[in-house]
Amino acid sequence: MKLKVNGKSRSFAGAPFKRLIEVLREDFGLTGTKEGCGEGECGACTVLVDGEPVNSCLIPVCSVEGRRIETVESLGNPGKLSPLQEAFMERGGAQCGICTPGMLMTATAWIKGGGSAAPGAIRECLAGNLCRCTGYQHIVDSVARAVKGKGGGKRR
Amino acid sequence: MTSVGVSHRRKEGPEKLCGLAKYIDDLSLPGCLHGVTLRSTINCGTIKSIDFETGFPWQEYVRVSAMDIPGRNLVALIEEDQPLLADRKVMHPHEPILLLAHPDRAKAYEALKHIRVQYEALEPVLTMEDSLAVKRALYKENNVFKSFLIEKGDIVKGFESARYTVEGEYRVWHQEQAYIENNGMAAWVEPDGTVTVQGSMQCPYYIHKALVKIFGLPEEKIRVIQSATGGGFGGKEEYPSMIAGHAALLAWKAKKPVKIVYDRAEDMPATTKRHPAIVRHKTALDKNGKLLAQDIDVVMDGGAYATLSSVVLSRGTLHAAGPYECPNVRVRSRVVATNTPPNGAFRGFGAPQTLFAVELHMEKIARAVKIDSLTLRRRNLWKEGSTTATGQVLSESVGACEALEHTVKKSGYVRKVKEYASWNRNAKKKTWKGVGLSLVHHGAGFTGSGEVYLASKAGLSITEDGRLQVLAASTEIGQGTNTMFSQIAADALGVPFDWVEVENPDTKFVPNSGPTVASRTTMVVGGLVRRAALAMKEALAKEGLVLKTPSDVKKAAKLLCGSEPIRRFIVQYEKPAEIVWDDATYKGDAYGAYAYAALVADLEIDKTTFEVKINKLTTAQDIGKAVNPLLAEGQIIGGTAQGVGYALLEHCVYKDGAMVNGQFTNYIIPTAMDTPAMDVKIVEKPYSRGPFGAKGVGELPMDTPGPAIAAAVNFAAGVWITELPLLPERILKAINETQGQR
Repeated sequence: MKLKVNGKSRSFAGAPFKRLIEVLREDFGLTGTKEGCGEGECGACTVLVDGEPVNSCLIPVCSVEGRRIETVESLGNPGKLSPLQEAFMERGGAQCGICTPGMLMTATAWIKGGGSAAPGAIRECLAGNLCRCTGYQHIVDSVARAVKGKGGGKRR
Repeated sequence: MTSVGVSHRRKEGPEKLCGLAKYIDDLSLPGCLHGVTLRSTINCGTIKSIDFETGFPWQEYVRVSAMDIPGRNLVALIEEDQPLLADRKVMHPHEPILLLAHPDRAKAYEALKHIRVQYEALEPVLTMEDSLAVKRALYKENNVFKSFLIEKGDIVKGFESARYTVEGEYRVWHQEQAYIENNGMAAWVEPDGTVTVQGSMQCPYYIHKALVKIFGLPEEKIRVIQSATGGGFGGKEEYPSMIAGHAALLAWKAKKPVKIVYDRAEDMPATTKRHPAIVRHKTALDKNGKLLAQDIDVVMDGGAYATLSSVVLSRGTLHAAGPYECPNVRVRSRVVATNTPPNGAFRGFGAPQTLFAVELHMEKIARAVKIDSLTLRRRNLWKEGSTTATGQVLSESVGACEALEHTVKKSGYVRKVKEYASWNRNAKKKTWKGVGLSLVHHGAGFTGSGEVYLASKAGLSITEDGRLQVLAASTEIGQGTNTMFSQIAADALGVPFDWVEVENPDTKFVPNSGPTVASRTTMVVGGLVRRAALAMKEALAKEGLVLKTPSDVKKAAKLLCGSEPIRRFIVQYEKPAEIVWDDATYKGDAYGAYAYAALVADLEIDKTTFEVKINKLTTAQDIGKAVNPLLAEGQIIGGTAQGVGYALLEHCVYKDGAMVNGQFTNYIIPTAMDTPAMDVKIVEKPYSRGPFGAKGVGELPMDTPGPAIAAAVNFAAGVWITELPLLPERILKAINETQGQR
């Protein structure tokens, strides 16, 4: 079957009910997407399917045949971070980093969908992504900063 | 220089944000097998037989049992009582018995269903009460892993002169660390016979020590490497030694790399939890609410093996009397054995349990003596010159008062106490509102003489091509070690932050700077890094060289390395002469310094669902010096959020001694919506022996939410609950009981 992953056409010939997360990590080598619970509770495995955030640990690859998949690897690279990643650097949105790819993908959909910078609304949007390090506040600050069109910039 | 005190960006941040940081499950090892663990299904008893189903393709599998261990069947830690694999005797549910490895992960798990273990089960000991009554002897003759006694003054005299005597009992249960990255470890044997493990961990040298004993190999034949680690919180302090041993044995027997990565449903029930505790207080006060005597009794549940329980109890004991001056104190404590999985390290390490008790007890005292709890705290809190329960005179860096006063003012605590009392009298309102306060201290570094025994080493190196690298086994687990070390080294050496790198913790390249625990990384190891950088600076000064430009670093490399590829400046911990501690009497300077925090919780309770919604948390925390304010604030907010979970949501359900809700579906940790906005103020009362004045910060914020939220809930609902978590059903029950009494 064919999928479009991070703008590239990919084909997959394995078991059709293999979980999307395993196809991404094992078959396509995209290990940026993380598995935290395997039951759709923690959101660490969040990727975008046609722009919508989904838990890639819960969906069989056959259900996304022909669709557009975006993972954290699509955002930026260490030499050139995306504005959202810049905002996370600036406001301390990543600590241990394991929830970060999922957070970034949920936030990417939020920003692309015209989501607001209001902290309460951002908290609601991120409620499906668990983080145990940050207490969320710096993640909320980071997303709000990105919504306002600010990435990196002046240090506090 | 201006690196310390600046919120420099996280060193390894870009790799984490781009999905490039390699956690252990991301590491690709050619020919790797997947290891799985067969675990006990009983609490206590003897293994009679292990039967492998005939017809199953066992030839595809590598199997390891206790018999295969070349050295000692032991997870070396403080005591030598915990086996790496159960050999006949089983002491708790989920105890590892047998290991299997297969190239296919699913097939490895499948095989576990085709093994039958026959047991002769014994009646287990599941509660602290049964353990103390020695229903069965699990550890020595009395089931006590460790006990402590602190005595100050004469408590009998204290109670004789008391105007008020107030007693209370407080109870807390297990808590799961719930790092989002499950435990995992890979292992292989190098062609020269070096047993190498790489994985998710806090303490590379704990694992190193354990593997030396398991394999009976010399130290240089064991190598431990940290991979990117997705959170620890204590949960990756001691248990990784077990997993590393398992993976290494499988790899050694298979002659292939082996990876063991737990899934959530295995990690939660099988690995360590916060110790449950029962704390009893009896307090004597004079007519003004001044403390005259504190008599405190602590019991903790250690689980089936000693692991770290003795030191968890030590910290719990040393924090049990709170940050208050009292002339007569007795703290008696013990940690006991039960047939449950061993409890272990979790952020705060015994202190959140005992501080919950003493702080909530302040509220009970306030009710009894009719002096509000804020005034009580003001009258008794530590100031410079105060003497602690162990007789330590606090000569500097005591920010308890500043933390309290800032928090009270900023939160509007006094005004809200009045406002909410009035709100709660209005029966038409759909909620009750409450506000609660807590004040805590937290000692940084190992307890008492612990740092002397550790004798940690850390360093700074320069390579021949001019790279400056911090050398320490202290791990980056999200808290910001890499960034903080770089800032300290940069300022001590007098170079920009960006010039300093941090070597990955790998026992082949870094000295043993001790475990990444006990809020010690900044204060203790950061202090060593600073000294190492100063040693390098001094060596350069002797040559007349000051590092101003990148070409100076090239010159320095040539000067210092000579013909060698690297020059290392390694320093070792030295106990300040004025810090004196006696392990036998538990008297003296328990910690070099304490950090302080106050917190006000502002919440409301839905009168229909009894759900608690926290509207605001306000806190001020004295950490000496924030080396990196943004990272320090991240520690405070994150630790407070874990405390919110401990207070309101996190309930480990145990049935027959085993956790039965070991999934995120039904073990609930706070989401972004459960976690309120926090107002954080960092107070800086510098500590003269900490690097740039810094004390510890990692554990401190975990201590405050439990008692403050419990006080606020009790205030709001007009009840007296002395147990966490404050689940809606517990609040409802307390309301029904209170109304029944009226």
